[in-house]
Amino acid sequence: MARESLNTQYTAQEVMVTVAARQIRDGELVFVGMRLPLLAFALAKRMHAPRAVGLFESGLMRDEPAPELLYTMSDPPNIAAAIWSTRMINLMGLLQQGAVQLGLIGGAEVDRFGNLNTSYIGPPDRPTMKLPGSGGAADIASLAGRFVIIMQHERRRFKERVDYITSPGYGDGGDWRRRVGLQGGGPAAIITTLATLSFDPETKEAVLDSYHPGVTQDNICRQTGWSLRVSPTVHVTTPPTKEELAIIRHYDPEGFWTRP
Amino acid sequence: MMGKVVTMAQAIQRFVPDGCSVLMGAALESLIPFAAGHEMIRQRRKNLTLIGPISDILFDQLIGAGCVSRVIAAWVGNVSAGLAHNYRRAVEGNSPHRLQIEDHSNFTLALALLAGSLGAPFIPTKTLLGTDLLSGNRSFRLSSDPNTGAPLVYVQAITPDIAILQVQRSDADGNTHCWGNLGVSEEGGLASQGVIVIAEEVVSREIILSDPNRVLLPSSKVVAVVREPWGAHPSSVQGFYGRDHASYEEYHRASGTKRGFERWLKDWVLDVEDRTAYVARLREDRLNQLKPSRQLMAALVDYGY
Repeated sequence: MARESLNTQYTAQEVMVTVAARQIRDGELVFVGMRLPLLAFALAKRMHAPRAVGLFESGLMRDEPAPELLYTMSDPPNIAAAIWSTRMINLMGLLQQGAVQLGLIGGAEVDRFGNLNTSYIGPPDRPTMKLPGSGGAADIASLAGRFVIIMQHERRRFKERVDYITSPGYGDGGDWRRRVGLQGGGPAAIITTLATLSFDPETKEAVLDSYHPGVTQDNICRQTGWSLRVSPTVHVTTPPTKEELAIIRHYDPEGFWTRP
Repeated sequence: MMGKVVTMAQAIQRFVPDGCSVLMGAALESLIPFAAGHEMIRQRRKNLTLIGPISDILFDQLIGAGCVSRVIAAWVGNVSAGLAHNYRRAVEGNSPHRLQIEDHSNFTLALALLAGSLGAPFIPTKTLLGTDLLSGNRSFRLSSDPNTGAPLVYVQAITPDIAILQVQRSDADGNTHCWGNLGVSEEGGLASQGVIVIAEEVVSREIILSDPNRVLLPSSKVVAVVREPWGAHPSSVQGFYGRDHASYEEYHRASGTKRGFERWLKDWVLDVEDRTAYVARLREDRLNQLKPSRQLMAALVDYGY
């Protein structure tokens, strides 16, 4: 989208950051993953969740967003004035205790039950593509009260079944998480470049919840590798407000993360 | 000085032999010992096992240079720019040669090192249940809670031969101060047979002992101390320099092809004698831009009695 008028035009990434930020409730402990989640946390803090606390797996906790753009969670502005600078294991311990309500993570491939693959495309012993791996995402997906996935919406990434489960969603649906012994609640939403998907409370299948302004349902279904169910209450995603855009652009003035 | 202080070349020569297992990048995106990795490449190390939670391009450089036969990690890539090209070429096409991978998550890698630091054979956890990481890594065992029968993953201890830890300052005996996010530095150093400390500054024993709570680990673990200003560039060292984001972009572009990587390696590693020469290659205005624009001093603490 063009950006001639700052007040009404925005990029897909700015919509994603905005929708992700709205998933953060005030007062929550939030595990913040790399890249777009870094901005979503800052936006939520400035808007509706001033008492949210961010956990960064390198060993940081913050109750104020870093004052400037973060390229990585360990950048110096994220360390200065942190409320805790410590070892990774202490934050992972809080996660395993069940003290962390929400995690925000990215993904390379996702399937209809919200399982993520960030490891191998094709068989792991002879992959056609090696992806970077879990990082902390598999831990967040296993243990956080709920988690939100932020990713590109492309047919090759939205597969009926992922080749490899790195970060567990709802497995093959239904009560799979309970059966394998996972304590966290599983994925709450997939926020994509085109849409927001939520999960059916019974079957745990992904459902189209809202489509971003200017995107057609038809296009979303074409970019999804299975027959995507549509929620009876499907609607247009509420676009970023002027205030939300101003905050995102304050933290990412050059558009490093938010302008493709 | 003296004590355990040696040059980088000596430290790598003595304590990082071919075939050994090395923990690096323990703090995650900051404090990555790039100078040490580059010296390993210059000394043509072979068959190394690299261990680290995430690796923000350092492992990719060593893999591309042919130094590595095995990687034990949760994530190998370029945090601000994308995928790791050499890692991909090695796994997808066995180039420059075959690579053995043990996939972890950040938490299981931290637990494996914690177990190593405790002298425990394994630690149970509730993470990774239902994932394909469990079947791909033989150091995980799916088991259960002996009391409740609930499923658990037993994570086997990791005890690296050597940990290379970048810190802000150390004395000559390896009493070190480190601040900022620690990642797995503490348990990783304790789990290892020995630790090479790479310090921006070598300071007096008095300075270190004035603040014992800031000491990273016991100096009895430290086998060598290397004074290496800018030793972590392009990663950051709190209070000394920020992350050189442009450098990660440049590496990402250069390493996109094998030939491009080889040119990069020649320019920035093989034809560079040591870190002093590397720093000289970086233009001064670039270095100045990475230096902190202001001081943010912590309040003093009183250990008086």
